[in-house]
Amino acid sequence: MSVTAKELGLVGCRTCEKVWPMGTPRCERCGARLISRDRRSLQRVWAWWFAGILAYIPANIYPMLITTTLFRNQEDTIIAGAIQLAAYGSWGVAIIILVASVAIPLGKFFAIAYLALSVGHRTAMTPFQRHVIFEVVEFIGRWSMIDVFVVAILSSLVQLSVVASINPGIAALAFALSVIFTMLSAKSFDSRMIWDRIEEDKHEGEHAT
Amino acid sequence: MNRDELTPDKIEDLIACPKCDSVYDVGYVDKGDRARCDVCHYPLISRRRDAGLLIIAMSTAAFVLVIAALFVPFIKIQRLGFQNETTILDAALAFSDGPMILLSLATVGLIVGLPALRLGLTIYTLTPIVFDRKPWPGAHRAFWLSENLKPWSMVEIFVIGTAVALVKLTDLARVELGPAFWMFAALVILVIVKDTFTCRWSVWRALEQ
Repeated sequence: MSVTAKELGLVGCRTCEKVWPMGTPRCERCGARLISRDRRSLQRVWAWWFAGILAYIPANIYPMLITTTLFRNQEDTIIAGAIQLAAYGSWGVAIIILVASVAIPLGKFFAIAYLALSVGHRTAMTPFQRHVIFEVVEFIGRWSMIDVFVVAILSSLVQLSVVASINPGIAALAFALSVIFTMLSAKSFDSRMIWDRIEEDKHEGEHAT
Repeated sequence: MNRDELTPDKIEDLIACPKCDSVYDVGYVDKGDRARCDVCHYPLISRRRDAGLLIIAMSTAAFVLVIAALFVPFIKIQRLGFQNETTILDAALAFSDGPMILLSLATVGLIVGLPALRLGLTIYTLTPIVFDRKPWPGAHRAFWLSENLKPWSMVEIFVIGTAVALVKLTDLARVELGPAFWMFAALVILVIVKDTFTCRWSVWRALEQ
């Protein structure tokens, strides 16, 4: 059975993995600040989480792309753009856009909220399952930026005078901010808190036997 | 392991998983040894023979690619006799009106600035270590920064974004990929391989000596 640094009265450095006696302020090897469990990190998680949600709303209301062709001027929101692609038969790309710009951001908001709320509580999920959720959120969050890059490439490339031109809408900025805020929210979460509950369960188990 | 066995010498040999706080006694680690956390499966140690020189070589090659790619064409489109050609910087700077300028700055940072900075920091940290010299001043800070900037270097997302943009454009115009695209594609592979070869634990230990 593995044992945590906290149980041993030690504190582990999150940057270089070295272990120090509890109470050491800074890691002498890499200089990082040492904190056994960063409880205040939850405040930062929620602050960035709300900022992310706030930015996500205008990202979906305002146009992401403004396309001007010979005869018409069209403004598309994220979802409208994806639906249009699907209508033209580009199902693959429509699905990539919908997953990256809708499913992943929404899933991330739920996942981070669940992880933050479940700290210190008994949950139906095992700590390992919650840990996997955290890893997935951390890994996949950055990929939402794909839509912003697509808009950037299209806007700089499609400038063909009267024939066709594409310009970015204000939603691109809101969406990029939303992605950055949620990444900061996930990064603020101290994943070691996921595992603390088992320690308590373990002690309860020991008392019971 | 329990609290009473912990002498200062013993603590010296311990490492704690940064993700779940499990403690391991590593003692002597040979070249080629690898270790994953038993509890959360996080890779703690992954030493490879002569990885240092390879990492420096790949980082240098990747650094040259990022910089060189800025000066050659990225994508070209043609329609009805009109044509337009962009470089990577044009794409990053596509957001130019009012508050959108912020998004341009962020995009330049995410796809060019931070990737280049990380490569530079890696070369700065590892060169003296590989040649058995004293670490250069500020090497701790440099490596810490390089590790923490990892999620913010988004070259691979930009390359996939380019592919998505191409599919969106195929109906609208004739598209040609320029050399900068292929340079970025090569860069993505170099950065991924370089990051998997980097063993944080080994680098921190080398910086300490």
